[in-house]
Amino acid sequence: MKEGRPRSFYVLAIFFAAYVLFLYGPMIAIYVLSFQGPQGGLTFPMNGVSTFWIAKLFQGTGIVDLGAAFRRSLLLGVIVMIVTVVLSVAAGMAFRRKFRAQSILFYSAIASLIVPSIITSLGISLEFRIIDDLIKAHWNENFETSMGLLTSGLGAHLTWTLPFGLLIMFAIFNRFDPRLEEAARDLGATPWQTFRHVVLPIILPSVIGIGLFGFTLSWDELARSSQAIGAVNTLPLDLQGLTTTVTNPDIYALGTVISAVSFTVIALALGTIAMLNKRQAAKGSDAGQGLV
Amino acid sequence: MSEEVLQQASPGLIPGAGTARAAKPTRLSPSFISWLQAGPMMLVFLAFFLIPLVFVVIVSFWDYNEYQLLPAFSGRGYTDTFEGCIAQLPDLCTIGRTYVMTLKLCFMVWAITLFIGFWVAYFLAFHVKSKTWQMGLSLLCTIPFWTSNVIRMIAWIPLLGRNGLVNSGLIKTGLINHPVEWLLFSEFSVVLALVHLFTFFMVVPIFNSMIRIDKSLIEAAYDAGATGFQTLVNVIIPLAKPGIVIGSIFVITIVMGDFITIGVMGGQQIAAAGKIIETRVNALQFPAAAANAVILLVITFLIITMMSRIVDIKKEL
Repeated sequence: MKEGRPRSFYVLAIFFAAYVLFLYGPMIAIYVLSFQGPQGGLTFPMNGVSTFWIAKLFQGTGIVDLGAAFRRSLLLGVIVMIVTVVLSVAAGMAFRRKFRAQSILFYSAIASLIVPSIITSLGISLEFRIIDDLIKAHWNENFETSMGLLTSGLGAHLTWTLPFGLLIMFAIFNRFDPRLEEAARDLGATPWQTFRHVVLPIILPSVIGIGLFGFTLSWDELARSSQAIGAVNTLPLDLQGLTTTVTNPDIYALGTVISAVSFTVIALALGTIAMLNKRQAAKGSDAGQGLV
Repeated sequence: MSEEVLQQASPGLIPGAGTARAAKPTRLSPSFISWLQAGPMMLVFLAFFLIPLVFVVIVSFWDYNEYQLLPAFSGRGYTDTFEGCIAQLPDLCTIGRTYVMTLKLCFMVWAITLFIGFWVAYFLAFHVKSKTWQMGLSLLCTIPFWTSNVIRMIAWIPLLGRNGLVNSGLIKTGLINHPVEWLLFSEFSVVLALVHLFTFFMVVPIFNSMIRIDKSLIEAAYDAGATGFQTLVNVIIPLAKPGIVIGSIFVITIVMGDFITIGVMGGQQIAAAGKIIETRVNALQFPAAAANAVILLVITFLIITMMSRIVDIKKEL
C-alpha cells in the first residue's frame, strides 16, 4: 500500500507489542533473578550478580535430586518425540485416503486434546491400579506396580502430543501437491520410494516441527503426569512441588535451567527448519526453467 | 544402455520387473495399509485415553473406604460429592459453590483471552503484510507455549509479591502506602496467569480463520461505503467465527479442568472443579475423584456441544 499505514495499524502495533511484553517480561524477570548474589532473595532489587544459585543446583546440594529428574525428563521427552513423529506421520498418510474408523480416530484425537488433563490422568492411574490388582490377585502376589515413567507416563504424554502431531500433518497435507507423487509413481517408484524420496523431503521441515512439539510439550508436561507417572517425579513435577516451600532463588535457578533446555531445543529445531527451507528453495524445483 | 544398468537405475522401467512386482502375492490392499498407518495411533488413544475414560465412569460407581477401592456398586462417590446440597437450600453446597467459582474464572479468562487474542490475530492477519514478518511475529507468540507453564507462573512472583516490582513501584510513586496484598495468591493472580498462559490457544485458531478471509471482500465492503467498524462487525467477525469458537472451546475446557494454575497462583486456597479431583485422589478416595471427573466431563461436554452447534469443527481443520 502506498498511502501509508492507517492509524489503526499503530494502535494495534502498540497493543501487540504490549502483549509480547506481557508474554516475555515475567519470564525474563526470573532468568535475571536466578543470577542473584548468594545473599539475594526472591524479588528485585538484585543483591549482587553471581552464578551461585545455578552452581548450587548442579552440585546436588540443593533442593531436589535434580540430576535424576533431569535425566528422566530428558529420556521421556526424547522417546515421546520419536513416537509422536513416527505415529503422526504414519496416521497423517493414512488420512489422505478414506478409510473406515477415520472419524473415530479424528474425534479421539480432538477429544484427547480437550478433555481436561486431570480426567485423562486419573483414568490412566485407575487403569494401571486395576491392572496391578489383577496381576497381584492372579499371577504374582509380590508384584509392585506396572505404573511408571515409560508405561503410564509415556502413554499420558502421548495423549497430549499426538493430537498436535496429527493436526500439523493435516495442515501439511492440505497444502501438499499430490501430482508430485503421481509423477514419482509414473516414473516407476515403489510406494516406499515415493515416500522416502519425494514426500518425506518435502514435508521434512514440518516433521521437525512435530518433533519440536513432541519434545517441548513432554518436557514441560505437568497436568497429565500428575497422577499417572508413578513413584518417580519428572522435572516439572519437582518444580511444582517447590512452589509452596521454597524461599530463596533456588527455584528461579531451576526454572532457568529447564527453560535453557527448552530454548536450546527450540533454536535447534527452528535452525534446522530454516536450513531445510533454504535448501529446498535453492535446489527444489527447476520447473519452468526449460531444458538446460 | 544395457538392460542391466537401466534395471539398476530405475527398476520399474523394465517391463518384466514391473509385472514381477505386481504379480507378487503380498501386494497389500489400500485399506489394509491405512490400518497399518493409523493403527498405532488409534491403539495409543485406545489404551491411554478411551479405556481410561471408561474406567473413570466405572470406578465412579464403586465403593471405597479409608484405604482402598471396593469393586462393588455404590453411588457413594456421587452422594458424598453432593452432600448437603438439598439440606442447605437455598444456600449453595460446597460442590455448587466450587462450580460457580470455576465458571466465574472460566468466564473472566474467556472474555479477556478472546479480546486479546482477537486483536493480536487481527494485527497479524491484516496489518502485517510481509510473509516473513508474519512468520516471525507468529513465532514470537508461539515460543512461550513451548516453555514450561509452571515457570511462567512462578515468573509472576517477583513482580506481584508483597515486595514485588509492582508494589514497590506503586509505593515509590506514592499511590499507596502499604503493599497491596491481593496481587498474588488471589483470584486476580489466577486470572492473570491463566490469560498469560492460554491466550495462545485463542490467537492461533482466530488467526487461521482470518488469514483465509479473501481480502477482496474487505475491499468490497470498503468500496460499498462501509466504515471500518461496519466491516469489522459485518464481514470480519462472521468470517472469523469458526476460529473464535474453536479458540473458545480450547480456553474454556482448559480452565474448567485446571488445577495447577489455580493451585499455584491461588496459593492452594481457591476451590475449583479440577482441584476437587486432585484433593480426592490425594486422599485416595478414587470413586469420589472419579465421580467428580464424570461431573466435570459432562459439564464440559455440554459446553462444547452448545458451542459446536455454532460451527462444524471438522470442516475447519
